[in-house]
This record gives sequence, C-alpha cells and structure tokens, in this order.
Amino acid sequence: MPEKEVIIIGGGAAGLAAAVACQQKGVEDILLIERGAYLGGILNQCIHDGFGLEKFHTSLSGPEYAQRYVDHIKEKEIPFLLNSMVVNLTPQKEVIVVNNNGLTHYRARVIILAMGCRERTRGAISIPGARPSGIYTAGVAQELINLKNYMVGQKIVVLGSGDVGLIMVRRLILEGAEVIMVAEKLPYSSGLPRNINQCLNDFDIPLLLSHTVVDIEGNGRLSGVTIAQLGPRGGIIPGTRRKIACDTLLLSVGLIPENELSREAGIVLDNITGGPQVDERGQTSIPGIFACGNVLQVHDIVDNVSLEAEYILEGVAEYLEGKLSQEQEIKVEIGEGLRYVVPQTLISQKDTIFSFRVNQPGEKKILIFEDGKKVIKKKSLRRVNPAEMVRVKLSSSELEEIKTLKVKLV
Amino acid sequence: MKATKNHYDAVIIGGGMVGCAIARELSRYKISVAVLEKEDDVSWGTSCRNSGVVHAGFNNRPGTLMAKFCVEGNKSFAELCLQLDVPYKKMGKLVVAKKKEEIKDLQKLKQQGDANGVDNLQIIDYSEVKRLEPNIEGIAALYSPETAITSPYLLTIALAENALNNGVSFFLNTRVESITRLNNSHFKIITNRGEFTSSYVINSAGLYADKIARMAGTEKYHLYPCRGEYHILDKNVSRLISRPIYPVTSPSSQWLGVHLTPTIDGNILIGPSNEYIKSKDNLSVTSSVMKMLSAEAGEFLPLISPGYTIRSYSGIRAKQSPSSEGGFWDFVIEESDMIDNFINLIGIESPGLTAAQPIAKRVVEIINKKERLNSNPQFNPFRKGILRFDEQGEETKIALIRQDPNYGEIVCRCEKVTKKEILEAINNPLGARSLISIKYRTRAMMGRCQGGYCQTRIMEILRESFKLGPKELTLKGNDSYLLTGYRSSEVSK
Repeated sequence: MPEKEVIIIGGGAAGLAAAVACQQKGVEDILLIERGAYLGGILNQCIHDGFGLEKFHTSLSGPEYAQRYVDHIKEKEIPFLLNSMVVNLTPQKEVIVVNNNGLTHYRARVIILAMGCRERTRGAISIPGARPSGIYTAGVAQELINLKNYMVGQKIVVLGSGDVGLIMVRRLILEGAEVIMVAEKLPYSSGLPRNINQCLNDFDIPLLLSHTVVDIEGNGRLSGVTIAQLGPRGGIIPGTRRKIACDTLLLSVGLIPENELSREAGIVLDNITGGPQVDERGQTSIPGIFACGNVLQVHDIVDNVSLEAEYILEGVAEYLEGKLSQEQEIKVEIGEGLRYVVPQTLISQKDTIFSFRVNQPGEKKILIFEDGKKVIKKKSLRRVNPAEMVRVKLSSSELEEIKTLKVKLV
Repeated sequence: MKATKNHYDAVIIGGGMVGCAIARELSRYKISVAVLEKEDDVSWGTSCRNSGVVHAGFNNRPGTLMAKFCVEGNKSFAELCLQLDVPYKKMGKLVVAKKKEEIKDLQKLKQQGDANGVDNLQIIDYSEVKRLEPNIEGIAALYSPETAITSPYLLTIALAENALNNGVSFFLNTRVESITRLNNSHFKIITNRGEFTSSYVINSAGLYADKIARMAGTEKYHLYPCRGEYHILDKNVSRLISRPIYPVTSPSSQWLGVHLTPTIDGNILIGPSNEYIKSKDNLSVTSSVMKMLSAEAGEFLPLISPGYTIRSYSGIRAKQSPSSEGGFWDFVIEESDMIDNFINLIGIESPGLTAAQPIAKRVVEIINKKERLNSNPQFNPFRKGILRFDEQGEETKIALIRQDPNYGEIVCRCEKVTKKEILEAINNPLGARSLISIKYRTRAMMGRCQGGYCQTRIMEILRESFKLGPKELTLKGNDSYLLTGYRSSEVSK
C-alpha cells in the first residue's frame, strides 16, 4: 500500500491552502486528492470579486484566488490527483481512492479533511407543495450559469438570504432575469451586510424578513410559490399568504459540512457546527486526522478558510515531528449568546484562535473568556451578527494554567 | 395473431406496475401487445410512490381477490425478482401494539392471516419485540417473517424491459384521448401520438381507470384519489430498525397506518398518511401531514427527529370507496359486461405491488378463456439490471474499472453511482430520457445532497449522449424543462 506523509482530501480552498502550507513547512510527501476535474472546488464557480482582501490585500475573483495556490502547487510540484473520489477513510488513516485508473489504497501519517460543505436542500427544510422542475439550490444554479453557461429561469423567487443566494440574485439580474424578492424566515439576514448592499439594495430587490415559502405549485415546471409572514414563534400570521407567479425558486437555506467520510471513520462530530470536534490544532478525535475549512465549520469568507488551513498546519507539523502531545484536556464550554465555539477542546496552552458564531444580532456586546470565576480575556464587539464568524486569538500566556474555559457573550 | 402497423392484439393502457406485469405475462404468448403510457417513463404513478413492501397477506379479508393474490404474490415474489434482477429482501415485519387493547387486534390479524394461508405468523411479547427491534417502543407485536421489501420502480422498469425484450411495444408520452369500436369489432384508440387499433383493451390506468372505462362507454366505476405522504430519512439512521414496523389500525380500515419501512437502498420511509383529496394529480406534500408523520414515527422510534428527513413526497391511491364510506372494496379484474374484450382493472391499491403478478395471470386467464393463446417459444423470463458498482467486492470493482474506465468515475457522491451506471440508465431500452428516469434507475440524486453535487453532471452526460439543446432537458418529461436556455451573453456571442 502506498504510504504518504500527508494526504489532503479535497482540492478546494481549504485543501489548496493546506497543501501549500504543508510544502512550506517542509513536508514533501504530500498527496492532494480532488474529485472534480480541476483544483479549486467551488471557487471556480465564484466568478464575482471580493476574495483575497485579507489574505492578498487585493480583490480577486474566485478562480483568480484559487489560481494563486494552483500556481504554487504546480511550481513546487506538489502531487495531486484529479477526478478521484475518496470513497472510504479508516481510523487507521487509510483511504480508498477510485478513479479512471482503478481503485487504490493509501496510508498516511496525517490526513487533512478538506471536503468542504454541501447545500441544505428543500427536503431537509420540508417546504410543502408540489415537486416541479425549477427548484434549485443557489450553488447548483451558480454552477449551471457560471460554469455551463445555462440559464436556470427567468422569473425568480429566492428563499433564504445566505451569501450564495445573494450573490446569485445579482448574477441572475445581470443575465437578464427578473428576481422578484428574497424571503428570509428569520427576522434578520443570514448573509453578510456587504452582500445585502451590493446584491440586493443596489438593484432594488426586496428582502422580506420573517417570510417563508409555504406552498409550491406546478406539475411540470414551477408556476408559482406562496409566501407568508411568520410571527415571533415561527407560525404563519393569518392573512399574510400571497401567491407569486414565477418559474424558479432558488434556495439559499444553509450549508452543511460534508462529513460522511469522517462519520464512517468514527470521528466525533459537533451537532451544532456539523463538523468534527477538534482541539486547538484542528485535530479531530482520531489522532493524526485534522480538519480545516468548511468541513470543520462553515465560513463566510474564503480568506478565513485559507488562514484556518495555515493555522492547523502548525499542529500537523508538530504531529509529524512527534511533538504534538496531549498535556491537558479542557472542554471549551459555550455560554450564553453563542451558538458554537471551535475548537471544542484544548490539549495544550499554546496560542489559540477561537471561532464563534453568535445566536442573534446585537450591538455593543462583550465576549468574555473565563476560567471559573476568573476572567481571562474580554473583547468588546461593536456589532455582532450570526452571519459573521468572529475570530479571537488568545495567547499562551492568557491560557496558561487554566483549569476550565467558558466563553460567553453579554 | 399478428400486428400490422399500429394494430395490436392487445393494447394495455397504463405503464404502471400492473400494466407492465400484464405486458410481461402476455409476452409469454404469441400475441402482439402495446403499452400506452401518458408519462415519459413507466412506473411514475402510484407504482413508484408506495412503501415497497411485499405483503404477506394478513391485512386482507379472507375470500377476497386481495387476500388470495397477495398471498400468492408473496410466495412467488423472490423468484420474480431473481428472474428480473430486482432487489428483494425478506426482512419480515412487525405490527406493534402500544396498548393492551391492541393485543386483541393483533390476534384478529393473525387469525385473518392464518385463514388466508399466510405462513409463520406469530404473536410475540415485549422481550421478543425488544430482541428483534431494540429501538422500538411497544408491548407486543404480530411478527410476520414472510414479509419482504423490494424497489417498486425498479421492479416496474424490469417488468417493462423484460416485456420489451419479449416483443411488447411501449409508447411513452402517449395519452389516450378516446376509445371507439370499429365495424370489425376492433377498438380504435386515439392518442396524442396517433391512432392504435386492437382486438383487446386492457385498462390498467390506475387512478384514471374510471376515466378510461368511461371513454369506452361504461359508467360503472368511480375512483377517489386518496393521498399518502412520506418522508425519506438519511441513511445515517438506517440502523435503527431492521424490518418494517407498522402500528395497529382498525381491522375494518384498509389503511395500514403510518409505518416505518426500510427501503431496499437503506433509507427509512415514514408514511403514508391517508387523505382523500379532490384532484388526482395533486402530489403535493403538506405542512400539517409532514408534522403528523414525524410525530407518529416518533411514537415508535423516539430516536428519530425531523432533522433526519432528506425528502418528502406523496403517492395517490385509487380508492373505490368514497371517504364517507371508507372501508374495504376488493380489486376489480373483469371483462366489461357491456363491452366485449375490454378488461378493466379497478381499484388496484395496496396490496397491488405484491399481487401484480397474480393479477396479470388473471388477465391472461380471462383472454385465454375467450381464445386459446399459444405460448411464445422464444419467451425469456430473465432480464439483467444495471450492475451497481458500489455493491461489488473490491476485486470486482478493480476488474470493472479496468474493463471500462467509466466505472472509475463516481458521479453521485452520496450514493456512489458511477458514470458507467449513469450511461447505462441513459441508454435504457425504453428510451426514457428525463432526469427522474436516471434517478430511479441508478439512485443518483437520491442521497442526502439530493443531486446538489451530481445533478449538473448528469444533465451534461444526458445532453452529450443525445445532443440535446438546453431546453430539451427535463426533470420528468412534458413541460418540466430544467433550463430556459443559454445565458444571455452566451447567446449574443
């Protein structure tokens, strides 16, 4: 069985950054495995700009952003496989890869999970009504339009205000389609403020908060949807139903980390993030298996995906040198105001970046890290929003000698 | 008997499970047969929208055709699936009592089953229920080891393909508009795709069998649509049950209650509901029923939550009894008393899947009584399905990829369906070309991402295979187009 130092599963934003970081750490025996025909993953269909502001201090399109990494990979001759699907991962860090050349087993000292995420579908959110054609998730529509040059519809209602959906509103309008509205079930948007501005407000597209689709019509192609307003407890407010004639319903109702391989390998997952539970180095419950990017937690900015991949590489390098040892096991407790925290455990007292999402929008909040009654760190946040991930770094001196760790937002 | 252009000895109206079973049964004889199906593929009506359970036959009143054909069908089902290369698993089934009063009903069911000739029925106690199904809540159960599951659409497709191989002609997208009798006593059947003539008409139009009968001149039948909604659960929870789990329902009710059923592919189905509706084509799912299904399933299996649902859908039963009467009406399989050589199949609801082959044999008997049918010496009962790469051992997988590299390209990630399987489905002998046809044949797009990853790839393979324009790609035929064309800047180029 071929043995590698590091196998990276997934050649999208996270996998590319992990491969480059690996090489820069001096790891030579890498294999990057990508199921698609190109490296870059979803970045390839994100032809809008705004990528790279943090990482490269310039605004790039998705393909341009990916190309920076692909160029590096080609220049340094980092080995990668295309059109190759990992169909199995074991706790012993063996993978089975299927491609046109056959079926191959590999073993690695380190596996980096970088499989990204998938879109939540109509079935998962149980939208009532008929099942005609013309219902697409935003990402599928994006692929059809940007990579295949097709139009998915002409008269469009969007459900959910996730970022991909917002980006697609602008894209569809620029391609001549009519976007009637964006309905969002929650009383606040799930997308980034800059996307609300640039993709909805700039085109006068209404965003109806606390609204959802309660019926779908059409036997062949979609012919219309019914939307309704939701009350504070999520029930439909009587008298607010209205029918909207349209030929397409676009869904942008959330992203789910793609962890089927992780689950089959027995990696412990976090019910809230949908990703593996990890320590401060991105190591999962199986030593030597690391995770980064959207497979770990859904990010809103690709730069953070790359930074996360670089960040966990510290731990990967330590692991390969036999220096990543468990000095402690402190479970990070989630207090009020927060939906989740990554990492879920701390095994050492090194510098650590914590990522959070808040429960609901708010202003003038304070994020507090505490060990029992002792406050370790406070950070003021002028404005918080569930759509925006918060990242905070604690230094080793701040984490020194803690016995417990709780994070809350007040 | 010999077919001339568009003349057939027998025309079967409806390409559902029963129509296709009749087609295959008739192809054992020297008789020319055509199947007219209004949809883009076979099986798209009630046949693909049920629990896929091969019933043992204890739910039906003794002495009825339902009981007789269900028991017969159950006993020959494994053989049928073997011949047609269709998946079949004899898992058994539990009807689970939650309250003491329900134990009486279990005993009644067992007596009914014994009377019908169902083998091996037994009442089991709490500890035995727990031993068989540790996650199920109940105090006792009727255990039916003879109950099995299959794939209703794969079986319908297989019956059709085997019939096709044995000489039956299939006309898809062919909707019957009128039926008249010519002077030579032949039937003239006008469709949206031209005229057909035949000596016999077999009306297996499912929900619309009453309408077809009326076209031919008999007002005798009336069918009421009764919708059943289902949820399909993620495979991650499949291990929670090992066999279909049914509640106890009133013995006078034809409805078997909301049950949990493993599918042949390893998902769990929750459903169906039982709701009389106005329109025969309203296949909607509704928010109240979706909630009810999750709640009822939770009564038996507290470990499942609505979050495991990956899709919801519905099917419609063809009920002969109106909602005001409810209750029990037997299958009608008869030559019309008013129209010679016009055979009606009315009210073929559950257990129609299990009974499909005995029903088909009954139709052959009816014809055989009128004129002696000669057997077709070329009849071949066997048919091969699409080989599933993911179900093969590793050696076979390696050999398959070597033989055809398309086996090495996994198109559907969730269900691990390869490009080779997609290509075989696209080139299916019936000529069905929509996305749903590929889905039913391969399982691609049926997993938890519901085609998020593979749908665009399959659309491209479909387009390339038939050189279709973007507007010609459909989800399920007719006006279910998937794309409205190229994007504008592409057109202007």
